[in-house]
Amino acid sequence: MSEKYIARSKAVAARVLGGEMMIMSAADSRLFSLSDVATVIWEAADGCTPLSEIVDRRVCAQFDVPPDVAYRDAEHLVEELATRGILSISTQPIAEAAAERPAPEAP
Amino acid sequence: MSLMQELVGRALELGVPLSAHLDITYRCNERCEHCYLDHEDHGEMSTAEIKDLLHQLADARVFFLTLSGGEALMRRDCFDIIEYARSLMFNVKLKTNAVLIREKEAARLRAMGVEQVQVSVYSHRPEVHDAITKIPGSLNRTLAGIRLLRSHGMRVNIANVLMRSNRADTTGVQALAKDLGAHYTLDPTITPMMDGNTSVLRLRVDGSDVSSYFHDPTLVGDVESFCAPPVPVNEDVLEGLPCSAGHTSCYISPYGDVYPCVQFPITCGNVRREKFIDIWRDSPRLNEVRSIRLKHLTTCSSCTHAGSCTRCPGLAYMEGNMRGPSSADCEKSFVRTGIVTAGMMAKEGRSAGKSGLVQIEL
Repeated sequence: MSEKYIARSKAVAARVLGGEMMIMSAADSRLFSLSDVATVIWEAADGCTPLSEIVDRRVCAQFDVPPDVAYRDAEHLVEELATRGILSISTQPIAEAAAERPAPEAP
Repeated sequence: MSLMQELVGRALELGVPLSAHLDITYRCNERCEHCYLDHEDHGEMSTAEIKDLLHQLADARVFFLTLSGGEALMRRDCFDIIEYARSLMFNVKLKTNAVLIREKEAARLRAMGVEQVQVSVYSHRPEVHDAITKIPGSLNRTLAGIRLLRSHGMRVNIANVLMRSNRADTTGVQALAKDLGAHYTLDPTITPMMDGNTSVLRLRVDGSDVSSYFHDPTLVGDVESFCAPPVPVNEDVLEGLPCSAGHTSCYISPYGDVYPCVQFPITCGNVRREKFIDIWRDSPRLNEVRSIRLKHLTTCSSCTHAGSCTRCPGLAYMEGNMRGPSSADCEKSFVRTGIVTAGMMAKEGRSAGKSGLVQIEL
């Protein structure tokens, strides 16, 4: 099984509202809401952390789910999110991931 | 219920300013005859101040951010600001006249993930458009900018502000938008100047023109539905909110002043003196705006149009009473249905026949 890397798309807007992650794609202005698990995976999609590590360290640590089930569900989820342009998938680390939120500067 | 309606409902419930409109400058490279702004720079926020504000807006959970002006691209740091806003994951819409958009700018906007660019086009005829902007050659430069944006796959919305001088050109601008692959919005709202000067209102189109637009299916879709008689007024209607201004949306000027809406010039605080979230939560004026329900409106609560009128509280405020009627919207309801409004009756019908409309999106 080859490792998978996932990266947040640079062309989406995202905000957590009432505990739910809302995402809007700039490509087609479609609005999505992510489940708790999908939110954890999306937030961890930095392009350089393997999906298996995200599942082990983030998903299984926060949700009561066996690792093999979690990984299978995560694979299915990221493929669906990739289809909708919310993130990209590669077998190699992805350099072009949306950056982390910048730290505030003193005005 | 759509996901967007759910999102707005949740924002309302949580007291979240889901949408913010930030004018980063009032300076402009055009001098449009209907413009409500003073284009002199009276001390715009610096780049660092705007970036700090953007952080505050993101922390307040603003999702939809409209960046505008004046002409936003008159600021040398405009792209820096947009890039920063995108790094904070705002959904960014840019309003511009596109005159300063070249290949590099169009490509950069696309690369930054700006969702939409709105461009004002007054006419498909240069002599009409340029007479409104008072800049010879402006239509050609604007159209060149739009073409570049479209060539990079940007979504462009052409806003066609309607006035007496260009009222014959809506069909031409619609055709132009179609040719360019742009969305078209007819915007017949002419608002008084920010300082209350109402001289620009003379540019509004007449009621007879408005009636013809309201009965044009290419502009309003289902005419029968659009011009249907008012819906019955019940308790739910009377408990309703006049609009989203101050509830889930706000406006911030280049000088840091916070308002409920760009069309509602009641200053609620300044982000140079207070944190945005403190203004949003605690401003007495914002809380006053939020406290108003339809049942509290002095004249409109007894109007047969109460349930279907698009009354703008900002326009009402500029007429002297945020709880009063907006005569422009009274006139629109009348033209749409043929039924006189309570506001018009209160004024003994003196205002009937003039127009003031809301946007019609196609």
